[in-house]
Amino acid sequence: MTFAFDGSYLPDLANGLLITLEVTAAAIAMGFALGILLALGRVYGRRLSCGVCSVYIQIFRGTPLLVQLFIIYFGLPTLGIRLSALASGILALGLNTAAYQAEYFRGAMQAVRGGQMLAARSIGMTLAQTIRFVVLPQAFRIVIPSWSNELILMLKYSSIVFTVTVLDLMGVGKRIASKHFNYFETFLVVALFYLALVFVVSQSLRALERRVRIPGLGRSELLR
Amino acid sequence: MSLLKAEEIHKRYGKEEVLKGVSISLERGETKVIIGPSGTGKSTLLRCINQLTPPDQGRVWLDGEELTRPHADINALRAQIGFVFQSFNLFSHLTALQNVRIGPRKVRGMKKDEATKLAMEELDRVGLAEKAAAYPAQLSGGQQQRVSIARALAMSPKLILFDEPTSALDPELIGEVLDVMIGLAKDGMTMLVVSHEMGFARSVADEIVFMENGVVVEQGTPDKMFRDSEHPRTGEFLRKITELYGETES
Repeated sequence: MTFAFDGSYLPDLANGLLITLEVTAAAIAMGFALGILLALGRVYGRRLSCGVCSVYIQIFRGTPLLVQLFIIYFGLPTLGIRLSALASGILALGLNTAAYQAEYFRGAMQAVRGGQMLAARSIGMTLAQTIRFVVLPQAFRIVIPSWSNELILMLKYSSIVFTVTVLDLMGVGKRIASKHFNYFETFLVVALFYLALVFVVSQSLRALERRVRIPGLGRSELLR
Repeated sequence: MSLLKAEEIHKRYGKEEVLKGVSISLERGETKVIIGPSGTGKSTLLRCINQLTPPDQGRVWLDGEELTRPHADINALRAQIGFVFQSFNLFSHLTALQNVRIGPRKVRGMKKDEATKLAMEELDRVGLAEKAAAYPAQLSGGQQQRVSIARALAMSPKLILFDEPTSALDPELIGEVLDVMIGLAKDGMTMLVVSHEMGFARSVADEIVFMENGVVVEQGTPDKMFRDSEHPRTGEFLRKITELYGETES
């Protein structure tokens, strides 16, 4: 068997890689912002906002990502809302990861010890100041390992956007492979691209975790 | 007018009434030490005073301003009352300096260099200027507690509430914390201290308050309380606690 992959397709794959990065970055950023709000709602919200946030998280964790994407891309036009394929992909992934990130953030916020909040309130901080200056800075450090996991999952799950015609890494690979019937070779190369991407991202996050580490705070502390 | 006045404080957790109408007051510059068996509501009383645990009934005034009035600006009032916890509760993600500086910075809105200068002065006052860059986990219990006292001091509080400040410390570290507190008392700080350090109570307290089962049983000067307390329970408790903890540090 010969390895039938034409190197001249590498630039196309590189373009696809850029789209994958774009989709993932946009979705993660959206999920981060929304996830924090949802987590705050669940931890500190009154009954109504806590309930709304819980329902959101239940729905997006309880249904397949692909179904969510299809509802947005194929379903919303029925209501007169037409989004581009790329926008639909980002929206679906962003709404979905928000639910997961919210759960990670909630866990991290609840892992910040109660005495920390008491101390903050005792020097006259408002609840908002306490959350901003005491709870979140600690929660962010605690959440990095599980959040890295979510980012890596999103990098790979972003490949489903090819089903709505986005030419991401997966989409480009699919196109090359169906043109030349070299599925094995093409998807091996695509897989290597994903692998390299995941490697770079996970190493960077590990470096970040080391950089912001504080003695006595973080993962090892929680295992004690 | 008393600096602090708490009147008829009641607090109930479920069926258990922890505080059954406790009244206490402090004059400016006065130090009072609250003693009593555990589960008597001493810590709850302190938290009811600065409203970390709002009481079910009763009123609290600081310098004539009522903390328990509806719509009181509780954050502004709390900023004037220092609180030192048994378990220190330093902010784990901040250095000693940042722990002391964050209150003046974020609550008082002080400029960074000004707040830094103040924080360094307060750390110096508790003898820990050289530990400014250390994180809480890198400090001993005694050092952590001194930083937490500096954190309270940096807010220029009108009084400081101490909730068993030495109970979580190894015996050899108790002295350094008590020394700081003795210094504060000499400087005229108003302090309400829950503690079983009888030596400290005897030498520093203007009055000792004996609490049991959610009520104040008796209060008076250390001399009176140790020599001729009115209630048999007071004398009994004082003897037991002195035997147990000794009378170090006086």
